[in-house]
Amino acid sequence: MMIMDWLSKAAIPCLIAVILVLGAWKRIPVFDTFLQGAKEGLSTTIKILPVLVGIMLGIEVLKASGALDMLVSLIGPVAVFFGIPQEIIPMAILRPISGSASLGLLNQQLKEYGPDSYIGKTLSVMMGTTETIFYSIAIYFGAIGVKKTRFTMWVALISGLSGIISSVIICRILP
Amino acid sequence: MLNYIWLGMILLGVIWALITGRLDNVTQAVVSSADEGVELSVVLLGIMCLWSGLMNIAQKSGLIRALTRFSKGLFTGMFPKVPEDHRAMGAMVLSFAANFLGLGNAATPLGIKAMEQLQTLNEDKDTATDAMVLFMLINASCLQFIPTTVIALRNAAGSSNAAGILPQVWISSFFSTLTAIVFYYIFKAFEKGRDQI
Repeated sequence: MMIMDWLSKAAIPCLIAVILVLGAWKRIPVFDTFLQGAKEGLSTTIKILPVLVGIMLGIEVLKASGALDMLVSLIGPVAVFFGIPQEIIPMAILRPISGSASLGLLNQQLKEYGPDSYIGKTLSVMMGTTETIFYSIAIYFGAIGVKKTRFTMWVALISGLSGIISSVIICRILP
Repeated sequence: MLNYIWLGMILLGVIWALITGRLDNVTQAVVSSADEGVELSVVLLGIMCLWSGLMNIAQKSGLIRALTRFSKGLFTGMFPKVPEDHRAMGAMVLSFAANFLGLGNAATPLGIKAMEQLQTLNEDKDTATDAMVLFMLINASCLQFIPTTVIALRNAAGSSNAAGILPQVWISSFFSTLTAIVFYYIFKAFEKGRDQI
């Protein structure tokens, strides 16, 4: 696992070095070309800003009103009936909605249950397997102004659910 | 779809706050959410410019074309309407690579770049193309090789084997990505049967 650790640390610096060296080798004015591209990043981010404000509004209102906790306690018994441990329900609901909130929750729960316990492992695998679906779909499509996303949300939700279920099962099979 | 979800989130929040008497908290959250949205975009701004700039170099040097050619078989089959040598293909490959390596910071800007490129191929600018939907779904199902933040958090919590969850993450990631791809084709077939979009 030392190699993994090293790989994850080395990936970005090495990638940047490769891009620059190849560019210079092809006699491209690297800094000018960089600036030209970086300018595009500016306009893209400005397009995303309203999307982010909107998404944040929805998430924060849901959290502050306590409606999110209410949802958790409502769905909890149903999930337990299907064999999903109650401890992971808050994460399962929070994960598709908010990345920062679910990271905070993972941090807190890992300390509570222990990172190497069954619950701790399942939570970690879930976090690594699933994405903040609402947030990324809103940003990606919002950035380019596509309004009709067709069935993207449905399939993303199904795939997220399968990620949760397979995390639970795999952590039970492979302790 | 997003319209309804957004509406639902806010209405549910406001109504629940009315019932439980947490209107103060919601008022506060409304103001802070606007700040948070701007803060997030400022955080994104730098990384976005950085990767857009590097992408431009990689584009001009032919690195992206080489990468695309390398992974050609895999992607041309999945994205039949995206020309092999189009910039969109290169952007998608790079974005998948960033996601795969767990480089969350790079994955988002690269993903948005890919969507922008896909939009140039779109004839109906309001509606997502097949390629956009599939690209989005694979991205959202999070095909990840090294979940860097999770490992860091496990380490911080005192795990004896922080990276020990990697095989489980790979298997689980594989299943959720496979589910996304399978259901993409199911929904697409179903959609065509009902009406032409």
